[in-house]
Amino acid sequence: MAELGRAALVVCLGLSAYALLAGVLAARHGRRRLALSARNAVVASFLAALVASGVLLAALLGRDFSNSYVASYTSTKLPFQYTVSAFWGGQEGSLLFWLLVLTGYSAFAVLLNRRHEDVIAWTVPVLAAVQLFFSLLLVAVASPFATQPPPLEGRGLNPSLQNPYMAAHPPFLYLGFVGLTVPFAFAVGALLARRGDELWIVLTRRWTLAAWTFLGVGQLLGAKWAYEEIGWGGYYGWDPVENAALMPWLAATAYLHSVMVQEKKGMLKVWNVSLVTLAFALSLFGTFLTRSGVVNSIHSFTQSSIGSWFLGFIVLVVVFSIGLILRRLPLLRARTRLESPVSREAAFLYNNLLLVALTLTILWGVVFPLVSEAARGEAVTVGRPYYNFFLRVFGLPLLLLMGLGPLVAWRRASLRSLARALAWPGAAAIATGALLVALGAGSYVPGLVAYTFSAFVLASIAVEVVKGTQARRAVSGAGWGQALVELVGRNRRRYGGYVVHAAVVLLAIGVASSSGYQTVREGRLRPGQSLAVGGYELRYQGLTRRWVENRREDRVLVAASRDGKEVALLRPGKNRYPVEAFFSTEVAIRTDWLTGEDLYVVADQIDADGTVYLKVFVMPLVSLIWLSGAVFVAGSLLAMWPDRREARRLAQRYVQPGALARA
Amino acid sequence: MTDVDLGSLIGGALLAAAAVVLVAFPFLREPDLPPERDTLAHLTPLERRRLELAERRDRALAALKELELDHRAGKISDEDYRFLVGPLRQEAAAALRALEAEAGLGRKAGVPAAR
Repeated sequence: MAELGRAALVVCLGLSAYALLAGVLAARHGRRRLALSARNAVVASFLAALVASGVLLAALLGRDFSNSYVASYTSTKLPFQYTVSAFWGGQEGSLLFWLLVLTGYSAFAVLLNRRHEDVIAWTVPVLAAVQLFFSLLLVAVASPFATQPPPLEGRGLNPSLQNPYMAAHPPFLYLGFVGLTVPFAFAVGALLARRGDELWIVLTRRWTLAAWTFLGVGQLLGAKWAYEEIGWGGYYGWDPVENAALMPWLAATAYLHSVMVQEKKGMLKVWNVSLVTLAFALSLFGTFLTRSGVVNSIHSFTQSSIGSWFLGFIVLVVVFSIGLILRRLPLLRARTRLESPVSREAAFLYNNLLLVALTLTILWGVVFPLVSEAARGEAVTVGRPYYNFFLRVFGLPLLLLMGLGPLVAWRRASLRSLARALAWPGAAAIATGALLVALGAGSYVPGLVAYTFSAFVLASIAVEVVKGTQARRAVSGAGWGQALVELVGRNRRRYGGYVVHAAVVLLAIGVASSSGYQTVREGRLRPGQSLAVGGYELRYQGLTRRWVENRREDRVLVAASRDGKEVALLRPGKNRYPVEAFFSTEVAIRTDWLTGEDLYVVADQIDADGTVYLKVFVMPLVSLIWLSGAVFVAGSLLAMWPDRREARRLAQRYVQPGALARA
Repeated sequence: MTDVDLGSLIGGALLAAAAVVLVAFPFLREPDLPPERDTLAHLTPLERRRLELAERRDRALAALKELELDHRAGKISDEDYRFLVGPLRQEAAAALRALEAEAGLGRKAGVPAAR
């Protein structure tokens, strides 16, 4: 069946090339049938990518080792779920997954918005150009359908990837990365169609939010994987590949805020197109980092030659976008100006500057080893202190702005009314800070500041919700519950945004607590010996060994007790994967859901005589990080939820081009 | 040639044929479309102007709605409210008047008004 897969990819390549060429010709010369034909080519390319993906999946599930990719990433002993996730476990498969998601997004985006003919006519070739790049890579450089004489057994999947979080992490990231293509393509399509209005923003609002949500969830899944699988007691190590996903997310976050300024005030048009381009270019850069093997990373499982292709394409995208924005500057000129530095739009602007500064700082940290190697022949890496420093410098003011922004009115706010709005949240923040100092949390100043600012943000959200509900009650005469539902239902984007802010606060508290106030202890133990750490006593009871599916599991039995009462029997240990010739460290975690604290135990070494070397972490409030993911998704869904009244209003505003002339 | 190869060959040919039909469909459906009807719809200058005014109107109305909500919620002082509400109302009224005027021009030219 490999031939069918190859044929489907060639068909996809041909269709993408046709959609690009026919699309440009149709849009330039205003030919409707040719534009429709180009659009259909994009839809057909999705079908071709589906066929190619189906062929690869069938080969994986059928353990067809005559397919080199299947033999490289599966084995007869690999469990079913990881055989499926091997689809995106290797370079060729992940590129095919990129293409599948891209063509799927493209097909739906152009079909759903087909009535805006003039913009879609130019959006189609932009999407097709990105499709062309990926299908060319798959046909000419990294085919997942290369064949070989079948070996008796495959090499299996890297055991680090045999984790449920890692099975889900890449698809979420790719859904996010690829999703950023849609706003980029529509922004460029609108500029090529000489449309300076907000249609492209309206058409891509939910696409952008969805991509941003997928990217955020994908990163949290990756963090959870690192926390459980790598066994170093952390969840984010400022690894280049982790940063590769963070950067487009930060750029998209900046865009989601600044786009509101354009919608409310007609300002920042150039900035918004630039941010969308930056987010898309960074998503390509992220894929390049993950897949090229150009940087050393625990998340990068490949070394390959596709790096130069990616770099060339990224340069092309950036140069083309900058050139187009410069050519369309007169179309993007704002007619209004910032009225006051104390206003909601100014707060969004400060937020954007901080987010972009943080993004570029991280980018510099990621590329610095490459730059230093090119300049001095020696790769110099920047470590965690660099990133942590800038996270505090830009992140803490961002946290504060998250609380300030909603309290400031659009256009202008007098200092007197601002002071009044700040009263409750400010008092809550000061009280929280004072209480924490009294409780002895002042030893870690960034953590104390993060807690204080978090209290400020949560209090400002609470004040917003209470006052808004009160105002709604005054108008509708409804009870508190009904008024709150009405308030949120009528302002979904605003309150969805507040829920996301609450998620970021949970994340900030979780990160500050677990990194700044953690307790760590290590020790070599014989059976029957104990280790005391952070109020727990851990007693080493003995070893167990068993075979499960494709691995041998060696476990250290550790009874954890607190205040003399046993709270858990933990089983940290090591797994041995004979097919893959690999050992992995398996941590044991006991979560106290009431306090949000984790007891995290790593068996660093298991000696033949039964002696073990344990490393134990007590991490306060770390569970808030994972909880923030659920709150983040809830907030995003609320902000994305369709609003019929708004949809009607926008449909009336953005009539089909030429509709008035035809009427 | 093995069965598998034949299956791939047939599958690939079917896929290519389906793609060609889909791509050619706009031409197959309207084979004799005269060139003057085979044109992409673009915003007319009148539509472009109306859209610009509608965006201005909606922006001002949305800002007014938000201002009212924030004022009722006590987030905006009376003084700030008085300072902001006037220009916003003027902006909304100006956009509405301009839209009406455009609609009048459109009616004269036989084009219906935008909502």
